[in-house]
Amino acid sequence: MRVQHDIVIVGAGLAGLRAAIAAAEKNKNLSIAIISKTYPIRCHSVCAEGGTAAVLREDEGDSFDLHAWDTVKGSDFLADQDAVEFFVREIPREILLLDNWGCPWSRREDGKIAQRAFGGQSFNRTVFAKDRTGLHEVHTLYERSLMYPNIVRYDEYFLTNLIIEDNEIRGVTAIELKTGDLILFEAKAVILATGGAGRLYGFTTYSHQVTGDGMAIAYRCGIPLKDMEFFQFHPTGLVPSGILISEAARGEGGYLRNKFGERFMEKYAPERMELAPRDVVARAMWKEIIEGRGFESEHGAYIALDLTHLGEEKIEERLPLIREAAKKFVGIDPVEEPLPVRPVAHYTMGGIHTNMWTETPVKGLFAAGEVACVSIHGANRLGSNSTAECLVFGRVAGEKAAEYAMRKDLKHVSNEIYKEEEKRIYDEFLGKSGDESPYQIKKELNEVMDKCFWIFRTGEEMKEGIKKIRELKERYKNVEIVDKKRRFNTDLIYAFEVGFMLDLAEVVAVCAYARTESRGAHYRLDYPNRDDENWLKHSLAYYTPQGPKLEYIPVKITKWKPVERKY
Amino acid sequence: MLFRIKRFDGEKEYWSEYEVEVRKGMTVLDALFYIRENLDGSLAFRVSCRMGVCGSCAMKINHKPRLACETQIADLKSDVIVIEPLDNYKVIKDLIVDFDGFFKKHAKVKPYLIRKVENYEKPVELIQTPKQLDSYYQFALCIKCGACYSVCPASATRKDYLGPAAFASAYRFIKDSRDEGKEERIPEVACDGGVWRCHFAAECSEVCPKNVDPAKAVQKLRWEAVKHSIRSLLRW
Ligand SMILES: Cc1cc2nc3c(=O)[nH]c(=O)nc-3n(C[C@H](O)[C@H](O)[C@H](O)COP(=O)(O)OP(=O)(O)OC[C@H]3O[C@@H](n4cnc5c(N)ncnc54)[C@H](O)[C@@H]3O)c2cc1C
Ligand code: SF4
Ligand code: FES
Repeated sequence: MRVQHDIVIVGAGLAGLRAAIAAAEKNKNLSIAIISKTYPIRCHSVCAEGGTAAVLREDEGDSFDLHAWDTVKGSDFLADQDAVEFFVREIPREILLLDNWGCPWSRREDGKIAQRAFGGQSFNRTVFAKDRTGLHEVHTLYERSLMYPNIVRYDEYFLTNLIIEDNEIRGVTAIELKTGDLILFEAKAVILATGGAGRLYGFTTYSHQVTGDGMAIAYRCGIPLKDMEFFQFHPTGLVPSGILISEAARGEGGYLRNKFGERFMEKYAPERMELAPRDVVARAMWKEIIEGRGFESEHGAYIALDLTHLGEEKIEERLPLIREAAKKFVGIDPVEEPLPVRPVAHYTMGGIHTNMWTETPVKGLFAAGEVACVSIHGANRLGSNSTAECLVFGRVAGEKAAEYAMRKDLKHVSNEIYKEEEKRIYDEFLGKSGDESPYQIKKELNEVMDKCFWIFRTGEEMKEGIKKIRELKERYKNVEIVDKKRRFNTDLIYAFEVGFMLDLAEVVAVCAYARTESRGAHYRLDYPNRDDENWLKHSLAYYTPQGPKLEYIPVKITKWKPVERKY
Repeated sequence: MLFRIKRFDGEKEYWSEYEVEVRKGMTVLDALFYIRENLDGSLAFRVSCRMGVCGSCAMKINHKPRLACETQIADLKSDVIVIEPLDNYKVIKDLIVDFDGFFKKHAKVKPYLIRKVENYEKPVELIQTPKQLDSYYQFALCIKCGACYSVCPASATRKDYLGPAAFASAYRFIKDSRDEGKEERIPEVACDGGVWRCHFAAECSEVCPKNVDPAKAVQKLRWEAVKHSIRSLLRW
């Protein structure tokens, strides 16, 4: 089957939904489709807890320059400063739009939107809706999107490929999960908003759906991925599940303690303590653990996140989700006892290479949200800047795609392309027999990533990791999908996702191995210092059948020269 | 432990049984993953967040709708775990049911803030006190997992009945101090498939994993609908 739209948006998380609304606001006559592999309100973004950073109170001491500086310093100077300056000015309006569209922002007594402290900020600027910020933001955008008759949704459709001719986008192919049919979407413009790649790691905060599909598909189509070596480890993943305990827990005053009861952050970041940026806190915790000062448990060592001094009222008012999750998943009430936590894979700083207008190197193809790398996060994202990014750049993508679609004619895609894709999926992939299980391969992939590309990295270990990933890629050629029927085939989808993750793992690995310095989240024991002379640059990975080919481009610096990062 | 799971492959319905070794702290979702990864790759179920916020994994577990990711096996205190898809929905495959109708019904109640004047380019901050926020917040916690709908007798008997979740959503917006769309929304919920059809079984509130209390929303909406008709009569 084939359908046509002016704009096709893939992904219905914060970025995709925001893009759809922006395009619809731009022009009522454009036909806008949203394709997503889950229903919109089941996207990963609903998991965001802590909040969204925005300068709302210049009269109370905050400023755009401060937000930009915090972001640039947090990024270990790898962020593009022109993009950051644009970003910080745009985000306040997004907060107010969400307010006008019904988001239940937490409030101050005077009825104004409340803000809280977050790591690496020099002003308490994180806007929040209790600790369910993502849930409420997504629901608000989804519900708002229902008001536009020109937005059409294709819920539970799985993107399989991009169609590009003469370096111009023509459309995408996707499987309608309910029936198993392959659908060809012809479009003038396409926006990828498919989210990050966090399930590369085994111990992770991410939803199961975050498998990097959009990144991998773009990469295979020849579009470069930027800065993939930078993966964020959040300090506080609940042991053993990895469920996130938001940074808001420390923002509201929580302490980290080792087994001697010490607030060890004193040693690592005396000024900011628990509220230093994530890379700094995660490394400090890992060091405590490696050096034997963590608590022991059957699920490995952990650090205690102590909220007991905050009191029940504050916890219930500001952190109700955390309390509910801790009770349900580990049977601990944080009002009474500290929570067992450990650093956990949490955010994909890298992604599809775009400029600050969300344009990729392919004409008519845009990318926004976690799938993209603009880059405003550089080597280390600040907490609450990512939902903000989704809103700001989702909007930009929607507007740019609309403008592009308004001046283009739809070009038809030949039937051959459709037939080939159908053959690839159903005959060559689903129909094939083999003796490898995608579940086993995924498990082993997670083990390599958790071991060789974790918080502390070394050349030797990474080399071994690359070898192992390549072996897994070879074995993957032999996977067999057990379920042979087309109807809602989750086995097939899983096998696809594992394939995507193997490609992305290789990119992360090769980029990390190549970068012989330590910057932000990428920390090498064999190169412990930042090296601005050689490495103040973005890496770009291009697909080749032999593995990624790397190139580098300069970082854009406007106001802030790199200085040593102290907290 | 024995897991009995109701299956459907598009043509036939059948039951599968699996033996799973249960560890401490294991959830029903963990067990489903274990089965899919080790025993039967064809078992289909929805999952995403695994932390009770996305609403993907509602299913019948030992005869009651629950979120698989939030259900500790030990808490079920049973030697056999029976898992079935939610009632009142068409089954697509195994534990996956068709939610399209559910979401369409939700959309019907105009579940968005309606403002008389909007400014997309230059929005202004609206004032809402913490107390005003509290008055509707509970109803904003609905994750659209569909559990309530699956036990609702009115939904079982009438195809057009909007159902508890949709009503909770309508009430959430009516109570929001920023909303100006009450007059438009109430006719949507007081229509033929609307709040008057509710049997007050209140099972919806009992099974809701997020304590939204949709039954309360229905009750309050009825009162709003009455007030609305009096107002329209007076205007006449
Ligand atoms: C637990 C957790 C808490 C967080 N808390 C915060 C926070 O407090 N503040 C903050 O700023 N950031 C936070 N983040 C980060 C932030 O939530 C994410 O970066 C952001 O939500 C990503 O949004 P997105 O729109 O880019 O992608 P997603 O929300 O991941 O959406 C991706 C969409 O793409 C679709 N999709 C993916 N692949 C395919 C495919 N093959 N075919 C079709 N559709 C597809 C999915 O169905 C989904 O609709 C948190 C992250 C985690 C893991
Ligand atoms: S009201 Fe409760 S049971 Fe019903 S859909 Fe919402 S969260 Fe689920
Ligand atoms: S997996 Fe999201 S609610 Fe259970």
